[in-house]
Amino acid sequence: MSYFAFPSFSVRAIAVWRRNFLVWKKLAIPSMLGNLADPMIYMFGLGYGLGAMLPAVNGLPYIAFLAGGTLCASTMNAATFEALYSAFSRMHVQKTWEALLYAPLALDDVVAGEWLWAASKSMLSGTAILCVIALLGFVHSPMALWVLPVIFLTGLAFAGLGLIVNALAPSYDFFMYYFTLVITPMIFLSGVFFPLDQLPEAARWMAYVLPLSHAVALVRPLLNGELPAHALLHVIVLAGIAITAFWVALSLTRRRLLR
Amino acid sequence: MNSPLRVEALRKSFGDNEVVAGVSFELKRGECFGVLGPNGAGKTTTLRCCLGLTGADSGTITLAGEPVPDRSREARMKVGVVPQFDNLDPDFTVAENLRVYARYFGVSDAAIRARTAALLDFAGLPGKEDANIRQLSGGMKRRLTLVRSLVNDPELLVLDEPTTGLDPQARHLIWERLKRLLGEGKTILLTTHFMDEAERLCDRLAIMDAGKIIAIGSPRELIAAHIEPQVVEIFGEDAAGWAAQHAGNFAERFEVSGETAFCYLHDAKPLLAHLDAQDGLRYMHRPANLEDVFLKLTGREMRD
Repeated sequence: MSYFAFPSFSVRAIAVWRRNFLVWKKLAIPSMLGNLADPMIYMFGLGYGLGAMLPAVNGLPYIAFLAGGTLCASTMNAATFEALYSAFSRMHVQKTWEALLYAPLALDDVVAGEWLWAASKSMLSGTAILCVIALLGFVHSPMALWVLPVIFLTGLAFAGLGLIVNALAPSYDFFMYYFTLVITPMIFLSGVFFPLDQLPEAARWMAYVLPLSHAVALVRPLLNGELPAHALLHVIVLAGIAITAFWVALSLTRRRLLR
Repeated sequence: MNSPLRVEALRKSFGDNEVVAGVSFELKRGECFGVLGPNGAGKTTTLRCCLGLTGADSGTITLAGEPVPDRSREARMKVGVVPQFDNLDPDFTVAENLRVYARYFGVSDAAIRARTAALLDFAGLPGKEDANIRQLSGGMKRRLTLVRSLVNDPELLVLDEPTTGLDPQARHLIWERLKRLLGEGKTILLTTHFMDEAERLCDRLAIMDAGKIIAIGSPRELIAAHIEPQVVEIFGEDAAGWAAQHAGNFAERFEVSGETAFCYLHDAKPLLAHLDAQDGLRYMHRPANLEDVFLKLTGREMRD
């Protein structure tokens, strides 16, 4: 079998998802609070602190502008953490994957289950943040509900990318490179804290290939009750990144584990 | 008859290293079949190929009536696996471990709940449903792993070194449970380093070395076919010197390892009479066992 064969997963992938969900449920409240704390600190710290000194950004008070960006960035973080640290401990440290592979699951089922789970978990934390944003009064129409599928899709994209890194990682330390070299720069290049047109021309072009900038381009108008410009294009790019990344992650994981 | 596992001409290389070099064997329903071999003999790779976790380079495998690797998922529905290292889920209680594992086989929560108490009794863990995995001893974890492999009521159990690292009490308990499972009609395939384990449990054995099966048969057949029935071990500083001078006169075959001379023979009486007349040499006379066969066939050199 070629490692790069077409993914062939079955409904058994759901059993993997349910296993992870059961673990999450045991620690749901501290986990949700942990996922909320970080974005809230940014939103209030920067939003009110820095926002007080700023004029409206793109016609919005700065904190309202920041809300959409923060929502996307924490979706990215939640999916990435799950696909790196949590998946790595299940794959490499606890040998949970090994136990799964002795049951009637193929590695494709396991990786697909992890991929869907990491996206679901990022959606759980994204939903919690969306609720807080709504309570603060920054949601202006029911169109904001379209944010939910967008954050799930964003979660799939970052879960796929994270699983690629997971498949290559010799140890937990390796993940630091990904955060420092990919995730952190992406936050600054994707319009989370400031509009993209503040960036120099070259950097702006780079933003077009970064999944986070497409998520931000969809979520920010939706929160404000507007239909995003080029919505279909952004969805296609995110979906394309999600599917390609999953396939590459699966191939690399097969190469790692099915020797 | 449909065998629970049939392997024909299996080969697998990693780079230039041929780890499995043409292995064929077939399990009979209801038997315990052991695979013995020094480290690096290819036992674990053979098992991984049989379960469809590693693709073989050539050869055919039929597991539980299904071709592997094409239909390994379906095959593993009917197989239970006890891995060499425990991989219980530390995030779950004892009962949750069984429930979640049963889900992987499509067993409903209600069905596994109804069986949990009986499975835990079998594991010698009655009433431990809500215990945390981290609170269990090594032996308890092993027994839980054993009953976890039974959640799908498998026809074949595959155990990779099931008692490595356990104390004698825990080993005896595992052996007793495996014998009960054989009594219930399960087929067992196990790998082991322990000759007493193999001799006690296995109806038939395959001895592997350098990727090949070099002998196959029941423990008694292997002993009868490969080795003289009597063994006299002579210990002491002079054992080597004594052996060089005298062993050939009494034994059909002898080996010296460190300060021990091993004499293999059919009639031990003349040798024992001779040894009784010597001072400074201690000895032990015993029937030949599987370890003698194993060492004869695979040599005494260390393997890494």
